[in-house]
Amino acid sequence: MSATLPPPAPAEEMVERLERMWQSRPGVIGWLMTTDHKRVGLLYFWTTLALFGAGGVEALLVRTQLIRPDNHLVSPSTYDELFTVHGMTMIFFFIIPMTTGAFGNYLLPLMIGARDMAFPRMNALSFWVFLGSAIFLYVSLFMGLAPNAGWFDYVPLASRKFDPGPNIDFYCLAIIFNSIASTLTVANFITTIFKLRAPGMSFNRMPLFCFAFLAASFGLLFALPPLTADTVFLFADRNLGFHFFDAAHGGAALLWQHLFWIFGHPEVYILIVPAFGIATEIIPAFTQRRVVAFPLVAIAELLVVFIGFGVWAHHMFAVGMPTIVVVFFSAATAVVVVPSTIQVFAWCMTFVTGNARFKTPLLFIAGFIFMFVAGGLTGIMFLAVPFDQQVTDTYFVVAHFHYIIFGAAVFPIFGGIYFWVPKVTGKLYFELPGQISFWIIFLGTNLLFFPMHLVGLEGMPRRIYTYPSGLGWSSTNLAETIGAYVTGVGILLLFANLVWSYFRGAPAGPDPWHGATLEWTISSPPPEYNFAVIPKVSSAYANWDVADREEDRRKLAAGALVLEQGHEQPVSSPIDGWFSEIVEMPHDSPWPILLALALSLVFTCLVIHKYVVAGVMVVLLGLVLAGWHNAEPETQ
Amino acid sequence: MTRRDRGTSFARRLWPLPVAVLALAGCGGPQNALDPHSHPAHDIANLFWWMTGGAFVGLGLVVGLLVLSWLRRDTRGLPPDPDDPHPGEKAGWTVVVGLGVGLALATVIAVFVVSAQMLKVTQAPAASSTALTIQVVGHQWWWEIRYPGTTAVTANELHIPVGTRVNLVVGTADVIHSFWVPELNRKIDTIPGKKNRILLYADAPGVYRGECAEYCGLQHAHMSLKVFAQPPAQFRAWLANEAKPARAPTTALQRKGEQVVLNGPCSSCHTLRGTSASGYLGPDLTHLAGRTTLGAVTIPNRKGYLGGWILDSQHVKPGNEMPDVDLTGPQLQAVLAYLESLK
Repeated sequence: MSATLPPPAPAEEMVERLERMWQSRPGVIGWLMTTDHKRVGLLYFWTTLALFGAGGVEALLVRTQLIRPDNHLVSPSTYDELFTVHGMTMIFFFIIPMTTGAFGNYLLPLMIGARDMAFPRMNALSFWVFLGSAIFLYVSLFMGLAPNAGWFDYVPLASRKFDPGPNIDFYCLAIIFNSIASTLTVANFITTIFKLRAPGMSFNRMPLFCFAFLAASFGLLFALPPLTADTVFLFADRNLGFHFFDAAHGGAALLWQHLFWIFGHPEVYILIVPAFGIATEIIPAFTQRRVVAFPLVAIAELLVVFIGFGVWAHHMFAVGMPTIVVVFFSAATAVVVVPSTIQVFAWCMTFVTGNARFKTPLLFIAGFIFMFVAGGLTGIMFLAVPFDQQVTDTYFVVAHFHYIIFGAAVFPIFGGIYFWVPKVTGKLYFELPGQISFWIIFLGTNLLFFPMHLVGLEGMPRRIYTYPSGLGWSSTNLAETIGAYVTGVGILLLFANLVWSYFRGAPAGPDPWHGATLEWTISSPPPEYNFAVIPKVSSAYANWDVADREEDRRKLAAGALVLEQGHEQPVSSPIDGWFSEIVEMPHDSPWPILLALALSLVFTCLVIHKYVVAGVMVVLLGLVLAGWHNAEPETQ
Repeated sequence: MTRRDRGTSFARRLWPLPVAVLALAGCGGPQNALDPHSHPAHDIANLFWWMTGGAFVGLGLVVGLLVLSWLRRDTRGLPPDPDDPHPGEKAGWTVVVGLGVGLALATVIAVFVVSAQMLKVTQAPAASSTALTIQVVGHQWWWEIRYPGTTAVTANELHIPVGTRVNLVVGTADVIHSFWVPELNRKIDTIPGKKNRILLYADAPGVYRGECAEYCGLQHAHMSLKVFAQPPAQFRAWLANEAKPARAPTTALQRKGEQVVLNGPCSSCHTLRGTSASGYLGPDLTHLAGRTTLGAVTIPNRKGYLGGWILDSQHVKPGNEMPDVDLTGPQLQAVLAYLESLK
């Protein structure tokens, strides 16, 4: 409650100075030039939410096309673009930027007691680059030239010969463009987590949320290069006469698949591990108990991503690999199950041994556990190679990964939004409509995804724009489509509640849930400098350490550790969290958005094959970078 | 909400599962992986049922723990006991290690061992163990079928002798497809520059439907096939007929039709063995009338459908490689009479 109490007299002046020092510019200019991690997080939030809406509309169109046999709502070519862009949007433009960009940016510095990310301008740059890549992809959709070979875009279907339009060029460039933003984000997270933890927060005192984001960040950092190589090869094959994937000229079509899935399987964990992180903060707050087997869970969060790099070929069991290879990847897939089961039982036992309060956020986490276990169990089935070879590329797989991606990534995102929205807006949501929206979404998604298992076993392949009657698929598809609309209604209710509460909600106060981590020690919404006093940390559940919070209050009264002399932030040693130095943090800057703009011009020139002009734009980009570094603040 | 209401809503979460399992066993069309008609497909279906049983137990365990936490909750909202703020840590560790590591490892090892054994049945068959080889080539969007050692070439309708181990060799003329007849075996992809093999076997005479399972472009949805498993004598007769050149026309109308086919656009893409038509982009039409469907099992092979297909296949299967053919009424009648005679 410290931040709501008026600070004692000698500290008042220091806090005022802090406020002046960290203040953003007013109005739109302030948002365009911001480097504040909270503002960048909010920009990410609104953008990814809009993209979630777009991806949702695409899903509803796909489902409506499949509502009955031989339907003609959309043309085959439109259908192909819809399911491709739906997949790309949900994975690259919604879940990853929502968890890392929005949740990570907003919460990570707060949880580790920092005043910003390690590289605030790079953080802003990552958002503007991300926005550029999203606009780039959606321009192609509105021109009817969107990627149309599925989100994993197998060659040779995606080669110039079989897909002569610019659709796949948009695919390659949108992915590379987007990867730049992701790489910037995760490099920033890794540095922030290692260096900006409040002095005293050694690695073992770090919240599980941060472990999860560290794991996902390392995962993305190492998973994106093979994807970038793959898309660069494809762009070169299509436009510059190369033959990386062309079997007729000594290339190999399967090279695409290997490189793609070396990215693609870690990617699955990258999608859900941050969601695990969200769950491991919501569960303690609503059970008033730290997570059972904390060290094991922390290790499991890191391990699942690490082992996730060794299972990629289980996406390719039907391509005709030698038996020994198939057996190896089957065994690896068996091993990767264990870190997940450790976490599942740790969450469940925290529910059981704590005192669970089933408010909306915890309901979403309970729903998440149910969906994740259901999807995980079908995942275990895929390690049985013959069964995988029977159902791969059917709706059984579609059911499996939607249980994982919708159930295990989106449910925690919804729970996390409800959990932290009082921190961000300072207003409480309405509980009963919140719980109702949970049940609608829970029933809707199960009605939507469960029948997909059945129709897949009954022989329905993925990615068919229509199907004949008489194959036993009609009623299941109808049920799925109804489920899709029910889910849509639930999601609308969920967000209507938030909008309504923004205007009419009760004040939340700094800590409505008696939360466990440092963000609950400060006011809602947090001040721009986050912490008036660099907090003392002696466990991963810092807000429950009453003595430490008392000490912060005494320090503020005495004016100790306020660091109001400049735009400052302490830096600690990577593992033990010992204080090492104080650094001056950069202020608002116009350079990130300008650099992203220059980069957008480069990609625009590439997609219309004006390579010389693109070269000129690269020079422009270099000039912006030079300008950026010319304006480097003086170090103290 | 009362305690009772919340209890029933928890129960309601579970209703679709048993209902769905019962539904699965009972229904399904002609392309159903759970209606196996071969040794491999049978093993796979059995494996599925065992794993599904185990999966429901696992899901039940987790739901049970969540329900237990709901039953144990203290609605008075008391703050945690300061002397023991994190009760049950030891029990928690026991469950996490016992179930999360122990049970999980036991389960995945069991699944791994059983399924790895099954690979002997589902991987490519030893060449010596098969009595017949058939080649399948995937095209956008149809299947070319060849019987090596004979001149027989057909499309989309594969005939095999029942109870015979067939060595199926799959390749592609363009992009990646996936050959999949769920009731007979797992699927196998067609990869450019690569020949994949799979066992095809049917334990009972009948027609088994299959479909391309790898997204292969605009008409992926209309790339199905049928496998006709016939008694061996019937199969041999079919194959002998299939290997023969096209029948010569017998009526004046058929002769006129043959002239239109051979001199018109048809012959540039289609082959009629024994005539001058030797195109290779489209299916072999030598014994077209012996097939039951057109357009890769998109429409029945009947006179009206065939006429519609010739004039306007782009309406039936938009984007397919066959252009709409411009024929006059009498020409069309002649062509249909000729094609219908190609038994």
